[in-house]
Amino acid sequence: MNPGKILKRFALLLLSVLPGALSAVAQQGTPSDFSFDSPRGMAWGLFVILVMLLVAALFLKQKVNDIRSIRKRKSLKEENEMLNAHTRKLDSQQVSRLMSFKRRSNGVTVSLLILATVFSLAPITSWAQDTGSPSAGSLLGEKGIIITIILLLIPILFAIIFLTLKVINLRNLANKKQNLEDADKLAAYLRSLPEEELIKLRGQSAASEYRLSHHELSGNLPADDEKGLLQINEKAELPIVAAKKKALPRPYIDADLSRLILWHLGCATFWLLFGTTIGEYLGMKFVAPDADHVSWLSFGRLRPVHTNSVFWGWASLGMLALGYYVVPRVSNTKLANMKYGWYSLWLINAAIILGTICLMAGINNGGGEYREYVWPVMLLFAIGITLPLINFLQTIARRTTKEIYISNWYIVASIIFVIVITIVAYVPYWQNGLGETIIQGYYMHQGVGMWFMLFTLGIVYYFLPQQLNKPIYSYSLGILAFWTQILFYTLIGTHHFVFSSIPWWLQTLAIVGSAGMAIPVLAGTTNFIMTFRGAWYKVGDSYTLPFFLVGIIFYFTGSMQGTAEAFRSTNLIWHFTDFTVAHSHLTMYGIISFFLWAGIYAVTPRLTGKEAPQITIGAHFWLALIGLMFYTVPLMYGSTLKGLAWMEGKPFIDSVVLMAPYWLWRAIGGTLMWLSHLFFAYNVYRMMATRPVVDIRETAIRQLEGATASSQPIA
Amino acid sequence: MELFDNHKKLFGAAAGLFVGLTILVAIIPAIRNQEKNKPLPAAEPLSPQAKKGKAIFVANGCVACHTQQVRNVDMDKMWGSRPSLAADYAAVTRTDPWRNTATLMGTERTGPDLTDIGNRQPSRDWNLVHLYNPRIVVKESIMPAYPWLFDFKKEPSKSDIVVNVPATYTKGKEGKVVASDAALYLVAYLQSLKQVKLPGGTETPVFLYKKEEKKATTGAASAEPDGKSLFASSCQSCHQANGEGLPGAFPPLKGSSIVTGDNLELYVDIIMNGYDARPEYAAMAAVGTNMEWTEHEVAAIINYERTNWGNNGKKVTPEEIKKILDFIKLKAAK
Repeated sequence: MNPGKILKRFALLLLSVLPGALSAVAQQGTPSDFSFDSPRGMAWGLFVILVMLLVAALFLKQKVNDIRSIRKRKSLKEENEMLNAHTRKLDSQQVSRLMSFKRRSNGVTVSLLILATVFSLAPITSWAQDTGSPSAGSLLGEKGIIITIILLLIPILFAIIFLTLKVINLRNLANKKQNLEDADKLAAYLRSLPEEELIKLRGQSAASEYRLSHHELSGNLPADDEKGLLQINEKAELPIVAAKKKALPRPYIDADLSRLILWHLGCATFWLLFGTTIGEYLGMKFVAPDADHVSWLSFGRLRPVHTNSVFWGWASLGMLALGYYVVPRVSNTKLANMKYGWYSLWLINAAIILGTICLMAGINNGGGEYREYVWPVMLLFAIGITLPLINFLQTIARRTTKEIYISNWYIVASIIFVIVITIVAYVPYWQNGLGETIIQGYYMHQGVGMWFMLFTLGIVYYFLPQQLNKPIYSYSLGILAFWTQILFYTLIGTHHFVFSSIPWWLQTLAIVGSAGMAIPVLAGTTNFIMTFRGAWYKVGDSYTLPFFLVGIIFYFTGSMQGTAEAFRSTNLIWHFTDFTVAHSHLTMYGIISFFLWAGIYAVTPRLTGKEAPQITIGAHFWLALIGLMFYTVPLMYGSTLKGLAWMEGKPFIDSVVLMAPYWLWRAIGGTLMWLSHLFFAYNVYRMMATRPVVDIRETAIRQLEGATASSQPIA
Repeated sequence: MELFDNHKKLFGAAAGLFVGLTILVAIIPAIRNQEKNKPLPAAEPLSPQAKKGKAIFVANGCVACHTQQVRNVDMDKMWGSRPSLAADYAAVTRTDPWRNTATLMGTERTGPDLTDIGNRQPSRDWNLVHLYNPRIVVKESIMPAYPWLFDFKKEPSKSDIVVNVPATYTKGKEGKVVASDAALYLVAYLQSLKQVKLPGGTETPVFLYKKEEKKATTGAASAEPDGKSLFASSCQSCHQANGEGLPGAFPPLKGSSIVTGDNLELYVDIIMNGYDARPEYAAMAAVGTNMEWTEHEVAAIINYERTNWGNNGKKVTPEEIKKILDFIKLKAAK
């Protein structure tokens, strides 16, 4: 069976569970007539909202149950166990603080009997969710009825979401209150502890904190208690995901810088979600071109909204965020100008918001890819990107290290280059006739290779060795890759216009340059892979390294694919087809986005002290990777068939029919990728959101010391 | 090394190398092409309507799917009679201070190339129906519909251009579909897209990577073009795959007296030079002449049309057609 048939079978299999609207595609080769304002489209909308209602209701019920279990009165035995467990867990510092408190209040007999507060809060019963599901009948086929139901359901959905948020809040409050009460009890209990118990406790806590001192053989330390080597997990659960290493706490990071970086990351995450939501919708339009008939949402207008918001919004802001961490750190100094950082963030965000509105309103720059923003909008971006350049250069000028670490080569050079290409692309003196095409080829490719790729490589040169806790394999290879990338990459722009009417020599030069790109790509890949040498076992322990590894693999395959595509013979088959789309996703997503995620997961816990749940990081990783494969592989296969059909001189419409199942696959892969971004956004939220958690032990000790307000949250 | 430890020198060197190469491979070639190339003598500037149409083409991002370049490779022959030349784009300049020059060469061909669409599909009626919703005329199309370029009028005035949209596509809206100015401008632009003839005596650039001719000549028949795919490329968008045309816009070929009848001369003449004798239908363009068909292609199409959709006409040979073609040419010369 050939791969095409297998793909088709899979597609058909999946279609049987997908909306019936899509099924027309594989069967007849005609696009689906699915439309959001048809009864069928609305029925689907209704279905989706009902599912959301159900999920929200179940979630709510679970949260309510949580509260109930918190509020449930503990039995005396359980309470004693709780107090004992807490007492055992006191660390040695806390024990000594406790002892000094006792000494101070020596002689004072405190009789304590604290009655457990009886919680009078009536158990909250779960809300009955009456979503009023209408009887299925011919009525459901009526557009008006469905619209009414949807309109009714939307406020209910929002109400449930609101309610859920309230309940979560309530649960957190209850949790906090409970913890404070427990702390009270613990304090009382500790106060009543006899001296000898305390001494015993001190011994125990010292034991539990016992670490090898590395003087064992020399024996200058009397072994106190070996039992402390045992660590018993009292509440072992079945692990769903493998336990990975936690991020190491860093000694000191400037709080202002943290804030700047986190805001950049937050904005980048928003633009990723926004841009890929648009992209997802565009992918659906290949399958259902009549999904809407709104001018602002038509394909030609939305496509640049997608590309520009993921380029300038997601990737650029994400890179700058990591750059603000790397550049001062490897220069061993402070960031030169915090204000410039904030101005830049404002300007870039403003450029994307304005640019998006302009594009959707039909105001664009004339059709060159990635320079669809009109110049007043792009000017904002240009200023927004010049500020970090000044900032980074000043920071590097004040560096306390002699050498300039290679990361800063890549990062600063890439900002210089992006400013150069923006100027070249928008200055009007060389844009008439074919001049526009030559500049377009140059601009679109330098944007990708000299801005995104170069900057990201700089990030990898810092974070990869850091995460592996090893120096980079070869500094020289990094230098070689740097200069050869500038030499060869600058030439390759016009390979997007092979066989067009631009000068033949320029096309040949671009193809030669594309072949030359093998040198920096091989140098870079070798460097990264060799840095892994002897530390491969760390990949399994880390949740950032898999992202790096995928990025490195796509760095090699994606870049070399670009070289392969540039030759004249391959251009015949693949040029103008969706192969280019698959390639740009392999690179911009497989390389740039994966490296950025790796960096973000590495740096954010260092800034906030909080980590995202491993299971959602895993979900993000696998959905993104699998989605990318589902997106690109069928698209590359289908577009090869398409190119061959064109070469045979088949009627054009045949090639459209031929692509239908592969476009469907692209939409499916795109959906997985989009889901992964929801997980990513959640992870970012978890790493950043401040959720006060009461540390029972610490609060109890503080209460005894009477030092500070006991309710002060400890993050 | 001093270079590597001095940030001014290091970043100066990197920027210098990049800017130098940029000037060599982008700016100088761009300026040279801009100055050296002049429009062809036969090239006509865009009419004011077409100019407005181009602005609408740009605003709606049509270039995302439609290229405007015939590459000098054999597979692009279907999009024009010769490869595009630098001169074809020489007259394209900035239209206003806010937008860049738009050569609209494009980088992706999700839809057909439009370099020569004005010759290939000149019919205004077809273009309007197709813009209203492409799936009215091409079932398999995935092009977006542009209904917002049209108005609904209960009683259109005489000057209004009424578009014949089947009821299933109007979504129950009352009245007739009338083309707005924007739609008419856009169609004017599409109609203006024609490859300009090279001046007499100029050698036409060749198409590279010619398709290898079938070597196994089992018979003369295998060398004849395929009528079905010719029909699909050039006729189907109006007359439809089922040969039934579109009521009120494009006449059916199924059961047509011209297709199955004896007047072969008229039949060939329509294919080659178009037809506009019946007011209830849109005018047909000179498809055969535009596509530079020879007697072989014409015979293949006639035979396909005469033997499908229940049609049962007499088959023709290229020799018969050649005689008629010569006669038509002679008539045209007079």
